[in-house]
Amino acid sequence: MREYILNLIEHNSKLDISEIAVMLGVSEVEVANCIAEMETEHIICGYHTLINWDNTGHERVTALIEVKVTPQRGLGFDKIAERIYRFNEVKAVYLMSGGFDLTVIIEGKTLKEVAGFVADKLAPMEAVLSTSTHFVLKKYKDYGTIIGQTKKEDERMLVTP
Amino acid sequence: MRNPLSEQIVQIKPSGIRKFFDIVSEMQDAISLGVGEPDFDTPWHIREEGIFSLEQGRTFYTSNAGLKELKYEIARYLERKIDVSYDYNSQIFVTVGGSEAIDMGLRCMLNPGEEVLIPQPSYVSYEPCTRMAGGKPVVIELQEKNEFRLTAEEILEKVTDRTKVLILPFPNNPTGAIMEQADLEAVARVCVEKDLFVISDEIYSELTYKGKHISIASMPGMRERTVVINGFSKAFAMTGWRLGYAAGPKLIIEQMLKLHQFAIMCAPTTSQYAAVEALRHGDEDVERMRNAYNQRRRYLVNAFREMGLDCFEPYGAFYIFPSIRKFGMTSDEFATRLLMEEKVAVVPGTAFGDCGEGFLRISYAYSLENLKVALDRIRNFINRLEVRGEN
Repeated sequence: MREYILNLIEHNSKLDISEIAVMLGVSEVEVANCIAEMETEHIICGYHTLINWDNTGHERVTALIEVKVTPQRGLGFDKIAERIYRFNEVKAVYLMSGGFDLTVIIEGKTLKEVAGFVADKLAPMEAVLSTSTHFVLKKYKDYGTIIGQTKKEDERMLVTP
Repeated sequence: MRNPLSEQIVQIKPSGIRKFFDIVSEMQDAISLGVGEPDFDTPWHIREEGIFSLEQGRTFYTSNAGLKELKYEIARYLERKIDVSYDYNSQIFVTVGGSEAIDMGLRCMLNPGEEVLIPQPSYVSYEPCTRMAGGKPVVIELQEKNEFRLTAEEILEKVTDRTKVLILPFPNNPTGAIMEQADLEAVARVCVEKDLFVISDEIYSELTYKGKHISIASMPGMRERTVVINGFSKAFAMTGWRLGYAAGPKLIIEQMLKLHQFAIMCAPTTSQYAAVEALRHGDEDVERMRNAYNQRRRYLVNAFREMGLDCFEPYGAFYIFPSIRKFGMTSDEFATRLLMEEKVAVVPGTAFGDCGEGFLRISYAYSLENLKVALDRIRNFINRLEVRGEN
């Protein structure tokens, strides 16, 4: 049941409880309880809107930064990760396997702003050994959704047997 | 000049859906719930395999019966899904859609004047194909009170000593009806007793919402008297690829393949390569689409009942088949007025046989947003009818 609800709202959080209940063939109370539980358990962590800022006229810059750090005894990577993710500019932080330790995704208004953040805030941290900044030029697909794709016309014939 | 046409062909009625299609296509910005094909695109990995086969230059004929690896995968699929094993070499061949298999099957099995039992409402081609094969169609009118399932009694009422073939079109287009274990057992017993052959059109077999699809071919004594027809159109959203198959006793398949060889040569090669991928790695896609259909199905049945339209719960395909009898209009009138007044296209039940009178076929192979808009318009239409006291 949880899985069915999550699959439904993962791509459309606008569905209301009565609609979900009808579509899954269960009662509204059941759906509401199930969602409340999942919120408490932090399975559902938020209800966001996927926005293509490029189409709003507001300039936005996204950068993906590979960061090498020194883990701290007893705390591993968590402490340094926290120091990084607490900045508002930071949209995401992942611990990685492989050639570097953390992926940090930064969003800023201009290239200069992002560069400034890296130079002033991120790189000088004591535990940070090195950074490598990659600017995103174009987003093709994000969160499973193809960006900038206008809704496809239904090209099927109107009536078929 | 002599009449260039065959009288037999001229006498065949054109599909009732055609007439309605002509009206709909004249209509600007109509919303349609009239489509009989999936709204999903073919899953990308399947399309990609088709593209790859083109890049590789696999643009030749395949053997008449189809690619060996495809026939092999079909045999494995049928074993897995309906628990019937077929020899991929002699009991399966690949067709241009399920439609070809229906045509070839009837041509191979009928002698002039032999009768074919056709339960209706059902897909439009059984009756004309029977006529083209020289057979005589005998219609069984399925009943709403039985949820449009076929019963043994209904067969017995229509069986004569000339009856040879029973068409078994379940899960059903247009009603959405399915046949469950007990229903099939009863039908199977009659078939054995009366020595009938069955053409079981299982094109919607992956789209059932109440347990797994069961094939009559898996019933005792039925494998040797059943031709199973299935294909890729509905399960894998591959209508435009035109690919289906028939599986059955060697005796019949051999003859169907002979006709296929003369009429068709072989099914499209690109489609066959894509279909191999579909059968090998497509189970998850099928599951995902089935879940989506099921959710819309519940949504739609619920919405129609709230509007006060009688609608039995359909457990198969992607159609619901509500009754509009209480409005005192024919299906054709209702559908035409709904189109003219609210610009929503649905298909009158009569397109699928006379006994579809009083019903509409409504397809839920549409996005939820699309369904919501259409439902609002249908609601408006019905409210107006009720205010005017037309029911």
